[in-house]
Amino acid sequence: MHIVVGTRSTPDTAARLEVTPDGRVDRGDAPLVINPWDEYAVEEALLRAGASGGAVTVLALGPEEHQEALKHALAMGADRAIRLWDDAWTGLDSRGYAAAFAAAVRHLGDVDLVIFGKEAADEASDTHIFQTARALGWTLFSAVARIVALESGRIRVEQLLEEGRQLAAGPLPAVISVLRGINEPRYPSFIGIRKAARAEVPVWDGAALGLSLPAPAIQVTGLRLPPTREGTCEIIGGDTVEAQAATLVEKLLAEKVI
Amino acid sequence: MAVYVWIEQFKGKASPASWEALGQGRAIANALGIPLTALVFGQGVDALATEAVHYGADKVIAADDSTLADYRLEPYAALLGKLVQEEDPQVVLAAATSRGRELLAAAAFDADAPLLADVLTLDVSDGALRASRAVYGGRLLSDVRAAAGRTQFVTLRVRAFRALPPDTTRQGEVRRVAPTLAEEAIAVKIEGFEVAAGEVSLTDAAIVVAGGRAVGSAEGFAPLRELAAVLGAALGASRAAVDAGYISYEHQVGQTGKVVSPDLYIACGISGAVQHQAGMRSSRVIVAINKDPEAPIFKLARYGIVGDLFQVVPALTAELKKRLGKG
Repeated sequence: MHIVVGTRSTPDTAARLEVTPDGRVDRGDAPLVINPWDEYAVEEALLRAGASGGAVTVLALGPEEHQEALKHALAMGADRAIRLWDDAWTGLDSRGYAAAFAAAVRHLGDVDLVIFGKEAADEASDTHIFQTARALGWTLFSAVARIVALESGRIRVEQLLEEGRQLAAGPLPAVISVLRGINEPRYPSFIGIRKAARAEVPVWDGAALGLSLPAPAIQVTGLRLPPTREGTCEIIGGDTVEAQAATLVEKLLAEKVI
Repeated sequence: MAVYVWIEQFKGKASPASWEALGQGRAIANALGIPLTALVFGQGVDALATEAVHYGADKVIAADDSTLADYRLEPYAALLGKLVQEEDPQVVLAAATSRGRELLAAAAFDADAPLLADVLTLDVSDGALRASRAVYGGRLLSDVRAAAGRTQFVTLRVRAFRALPPDTTRQGEVRRVAPTLAEEAIAVKIEGFEVAAGEVSLTDAAIVVAGGRAVGSAEGFAPLRELAAVLGAALGASRAAVDAGYISYEHQVGQTGKVVSPDLYIACGISGAVQHQAGMRSSRVIVAINKDPEAPIFKLARYGIVGDLFQVVPALTAELKKRLGKG
């Protein structure tokens, strides 16, 4: 079984972010890490490929900085990493992402399953995942909490939806997005880290994929910090907790939130 | 031309967020001077179609068939795609639920059209839609615009928009359409559904009571459950509480959990790490109960009580029972 994982690098989740005067994200000296959801995707791919004697290929679409996520996945044990990038793709939207990612999966040729983490934490988006499934014309299962079975050309999954847990099944090849809790991601081993550091990561560009992407239809017109809430907290005092509780309830009634 | 709003249903009941999307759809349709059409797909959806008119739709397109009883991407996207292709709506809206995000992403891709996903605000300027989105775990806001001239797809952050009060005197035309795929042509089968029993859905909840590491144990959540019951609130948790095994992952709020925007978020024994803030910072009023006056959660909170949650929470429950007459 050949499993592909889609990943990307994101600023460390605790990084303090600012916006540069020309409207870009400034993460200061915070490191880039693998998108926090993607560790679960890599781990699930390693577990499933391991069980079937298969291979894991990780793909990241983006400029040089996305190497970081690929190296992390290699250090965890992925067999192969490829970065997809072409300078002509700057500013591409989710449709462009899906077209390029799907072209790479087709180029690999024998892929049974594509696994993504639930969303990209930086752009807060899962659209590219769903559109990749569409571009491939494959079955899609999002918000997968557990793979129940993966055999005989079929996949059965448990999905976590708003109302509860859904059990669903469909044919392979498929694209799935996985949640935290599906597994416990391993830490990269020392040997894995050394191997990953030495690994050459090829870059596939538009020519390699025989691809020209549509012009982006979404334009980001501004990036800004949200209004701050700091310094507005009112600490409720009182002689007893009962008195504090009474004061708080009074405030919440006045706010019309209860 | 029209504004379409997809009404999501589960077992024949509309998701509350669908009425929020319809409410915003009304505002967009009015601004563009075009009608508002609700799309209702399911089995036995007559009541839903009527309800959609009460919540603001001018017209309803209803597809009633066993293949549409449970949401599945293939038949839903095929039908939505056909309607978009034939009728060329200017805007298609849905709530940014698990299913709504998936369906509109697929339909937008098929229509070669832009999607503004999970937006916090949405307005019309010169015929084009402008929106803002929370990115980087809510640490930044991004203003986005979709290219004009094609159908524009938008999913709306749950609880960021208001539903209109239902008006049962409103009348609207209901048009029936047939599904596009037969059961044999649909590869995915739903084999079971285990509904989370007796609990308010976290993302739809107007009030969330959440516990962190300081809750200390699974039993420690009991006073939080009592408070939640009195308020009709959903139960949330920080990653620390989930990792410690006090409560299941479904309850996790934050960067690798759910994003919620309730009217009231009561954080009990949660320090408020930036990863937790990513899931709750758009709450309207935040209350922090924590022993440590230096906890970062107090920087986000509107009201704070510095104290032991095991004393404060039961006192709060008792006071609410008294005041809300539920004692």
